[in-house]
Amino acid sequence: MAQTVLHKADTRGHASHGWLNSYHSFSFSSYYNPQRMNFGALRVLNDDTVDAGMGFGTHPHDNMEIISIPLEGDLEHKDSMNNVAVIKNGDIQAMSAGTGIYHSEYNKDRAHRVKFLQIWVYPNKKNVEPRYDQITLNLEDRHNKLQQILSPNPEDEGVWIHQNAWFHLGKFDKGISTEYNIKAKGNGVYVFVLSGDVKINDQLLNTRDGYGIWDTDKFTITAETDAEFLLMEVPMVF
Amino acid sequence: MDKVEILVICRHEGILQTIIRLVNANPDWNATGASADDEAIAEFAARPFKLVLLGSGIEKESEDRLCTAFRARDPEIIIVQHYGGGSGLLAAEIYQALN
Repeated sequence: MAQTVLHKADTRGHASHGWLNSYHSFSFSSYYNPQRMNFGALRVLNDDTVDAGMGFGTHPHDNMEIISIPLEGDLEHKDSMNNVAVIKNGDIQAMSAGTGIYHSEYNKDRAHRVKFLQIWVYPNKKNVEPRYDQITLNLEDRHNKLQQILSPNPEDEGVWIHQNAWFHLGKFDKGISTEYNIKAKGNGVYVFVLSGDVKINDQLLNTRDGYGIWDTDKFTITAETDAEFLLMEVPMVF
Repeated sequence: MDKVEILVICRHEGILQTIIRLVNANPDWNATGASADDEAIAEFAARPFKLVLLGSGIEKESEDRLCTAFRARDPEIIIVQHYGGGSGLLAAEIYQALN
């Protein structure tokens, strides 16, 4: 029988630093909740808003798979591998931090904020060579269907990471329903509702709610209103 | 109250220094860093550590050697993998380990 966990939007950790407003689904930085440490290999889900012209100065990462998904506005990324790129709404960026990398993330727009999700997944292999990947997604490919945006396989749709994980985005009109089939035995899925109301089986979720489901082979997703959501399938044991 | 002594081991010197700085920003913690195995083992012998954080770049063979050496000296020592290389996960890792 499926096991589930519900994380309502207003139960997330919150940090406001003036230029940065961040909601943490799991313990991060100064937000520590031993009941909210991770969902399987999914360790960080941060819902960030950065003011115009502001951002995160150069800082290090290692041994995490770091995925950034802009929701509004642009984010400029620079790293110690000499990658310089702007990630826009519709793009997805994946960075394998591996043995260590430095990077900065800035909102270069002087007038508008940037909103983005930053997601960290434990890697299935430590100390890999750091790498960076970024692609632009076709927004139509998620309209009333699930668009794969991340997988473990470089030859597959979306970006790839060092973990047995698959991410999908969906932008569904009200009333549209589909079934999600778990791709790897032992994986669970963490659903994050970007906007609108969604039912996962019989569980109603609202905007920015998170919901984990595991010990099941599949589940049904129904848009109760026009809705947009992110599905993150990850190993529950890693 | 004595500070909690934390030994941080990481091959990446820049990240090691970052982690040390972040740990020491907490008034209840004191970090000592080492990037090489022999250095780490020597530091471990020099004072009573409560927690060892294993950072990036440590080969499996080294990790096994270090853990064996530490536990031979202190079977109660807490050894934790540090992920992330910065401030995001560090505090939670330490709080979880100590509690």
